[in-house]
Amino acid sequence: MKKVLSLAIVFAFVMMVVFAAVPAAAQDTRVGIVLSTGGLGDLSFNDAAYRGLQRAEEELGISFDYIEPADPSEDQTALRRFASRGYDLVIGVGFQMADSLTTVAGEYPDTKFAHVDQFFEDIPENIVSLNFAEWEGSFLAGALAALTSESGNVGFVGGVDFALIHRFEGGFYQGARYINPDIEIQSRYADDFGDPARGREIALGMIDDGADVIYHAAGGTGSGVFQAAEEEDIYAIGVDSNQNYVAPGYVIASMLKKVDNAVFDTVKSVVEGNYQGGNNLYFTLADGGVDLTSLTEVGQPVLDAHENGTITDEGLETIREMKENVTSPYADRIAEIKEMIINGEIEVENWGETGRPDNL
Amino acid sequence: MNNYSEKIKSVLTDLGLSLLSIVIALIVGTLFIFLTDKSPLDAYSALYIGAFGNFSAIANTLWRSTPLILTGLAVALPFRAGLFNIGAEGQLLMGGFTAGVVGFYFTSLPAFIHLPFAIIAGMLVGGLWGGLPGFLKAKMDVHEVIATIMLNHIAIALTINYGINIFRDTGRPATPRIMESASMFNFKNIMDYPLLSNLPFAELFAQPAIRLHINFFLALIAAVILWYLLFKTTLGYEMRAVGFNPDGAEYGGINASKGIITAMFISGAVAGLAGVGEVLGTHLSFMQGMDAGYGFTGIAVALIGQTHPIGVILGGILFGALAQGGLEMQFSGIPSEIVMLIQALVIFFVAALQVFKVYLAKRKAKGGVE
Repeated sequence: MKKVLSLAIVFAFVMMVVFAAVPAAAQDTRVGIVLSTGGLGDLSFNDAAYRGLQRAEEELGISFDYIEPADPSEDQTALRRFASRGYDLVIGVGFQMADSLTTVAGEYPDTKFAHVDQFFEDIPENIVSLNFAEWEGSFLAGALAALTSESGNVGFVGGVDFALIHRFEGGFYQGARYINPDIEIQSRYADDFGDPARGREIALGMIDDGADVIYHAAGGTGSGVFQAAEEEDIYAIGVDSNQNYVAPGYVIASMLKKVDNAVFDTVKSVVEGNYQGGNNLYFTLADGGVDLTSLTEVGQPVLDAHENGTITDEGLETIREMKENVTSPYADRIAEIKEMIINGEIEVENWGETGRPDNL
Repeated sequence: MNNYSEKIKSVLTDLGLSLLSIVIALIVGTLFIFLTDKSPLDAYSALYIGAFGNFSAIANTLWRSTPLILTGLAVALPFRAGLFNIGAEGQLLMGGFTAGVVGFYFTSLPAFIHLPFAIIAGMLVGGLWGGLPGFLKAKMDVHEVIATIMLNHIAIALTINYGINIFRDTGRPATPRIMESASMFNFKNIMDYPLLSNLPFAELFAQPAIRLHINFFLALIAAVILWYLLFKTTLGYEMRAVGFNPDGAEYGGINASKGIITAMFISGAVAGLAGVGEVLGTHLSFMQGMDAGYGFTGIAVALIGQTHPIGVILGGILFGALAQGGLEMQFSGIPSEIVMLIQALVIFFVAALQVFKVYLAKRKAKGGVE
């Protein structure tokens, strides 16, 4: 009886998938994504990966499903369910999923996998790993911070003290020093990616010590940094996604990590049949994988936030004014530096590999 | 004889009430599922199939329930001695971290030494982490709730924030992987052992999706030992007497401090074993996020299980099934928020129906008088 019931349900599920999948022509590609524990709504890479899949759904006619695991024990089970149900591409997001993904990829050699944000030493043939040259983008953030700072004192708030975040810190540090070799740089770690209250405390402490531009690479903890910037009337720089609308007028730019583009490109490669597994890919300034938001124009995500009522007309106006008065004077300088990084005149060190220098 | 049938009757009533409350919770949950435009029938069949639908689902439900049974026991035992152990989370972390470090640090020990060594080291450190607030309570009357909460914070800082940074060798926020010789037996590898592969139904376990490891049986053994300790030994009698009436017990010649310290030490060791199992059996390294709030969920498990070791096992399996089936619900299109909401409803109603039981008992007593 139980068997009949479960068979019936499996059948119903199959029918659902089959009939839901009628519209577009190339509708046969299915993508499953397992997000990292932060889940949707982190305004950061989970959201960005999701946007990439939404775009792929619209433009390439794929279909996708996502899972938000409640804790790391669920990662493997979730990945395996997608693989066992014959999804064409299974994506895992976040460094803590790397082990689980390797295990499951070993069990399903014919399924294609992708991973966001972890370099694989010994990468299996059916995994493509999407990494980002955060240090290059953060270099621009550091340069901008040093240019806009009046006190000659800038701050960096990191999520957790480890290699991935050291890449952001290192880029920021080198960028700020490039503009002003005597600049004072405060650097602190919150030990948490989801604790805005702690982010705010750290930022307030930095402001007390004279910082007037603060860059964060701390996920949800960063919203506390924005709050502190707004309270104390100083500037902040966002990370990962365009966060310029979060505290209108106080977030002067965001270092973009275009997880959405990388995910979209990977899906596209699967649809078009030229997926190349066994590679650690790096997306850089040169190919637009990392970048700084425009210093002169208001970006689309900000306009969208205005459209759906997240920010008011006034907020949008404040952001426009800020761009005009604060950041646009430096647009040419930053563009020049970006060009120099791309053609190799400036070499940015990756602290994720070289290690964080002890005497800062 | 009459006593036994009374007992069986009350256990059956308890079970019936728990089942009833699960059904009520699921009915209330349908309201929330309607918010998502999905069919509650699909959602609940996914919950059921995910938790009990086939052999590997059942095995994984038991796997998920393992740390919950252990933390539930770690809360239940001191509860009987009149202590509220909020510190299972910290004890779990300390135990797990110790096992993780022992697991990778010693590279050339044979498995029959390395594994027991890692388990015992983890349980010992967990036990000390629990025994410390017990000692403070017994000797200096420091309230155990405050002491254990603060020790949780210290444990988090010491293991996740500081400890991982000392030992990690890659960008991964975890200690290095443990040696093969320190890993717990995983049932999916059953065919690698000639002795075990001849057992009947052994091949059922040999599926890669099965994650059940031997710690589930250690948890069951721990439950039986605690049951024996509580109800069949003098020490257990003394603990329960202290919990029932500390002053009365002292007056009756029972050494209350001994009971308090022992109860907290054992409870810490049991919570430590939960962490040990997660590290040596599930994740194969001490990683950030592996605690997953088990120490706090353990409080609910203990209370639902009426702080009786056997009840705690059932409570742990209920929570494990909700966790395991909840993931499957997400696959049927229910957002993770609604899944968590339904899990919380089930727990809420199971706890709340105890109220109904009290009401029944009162009415019966009244009827007796009239």
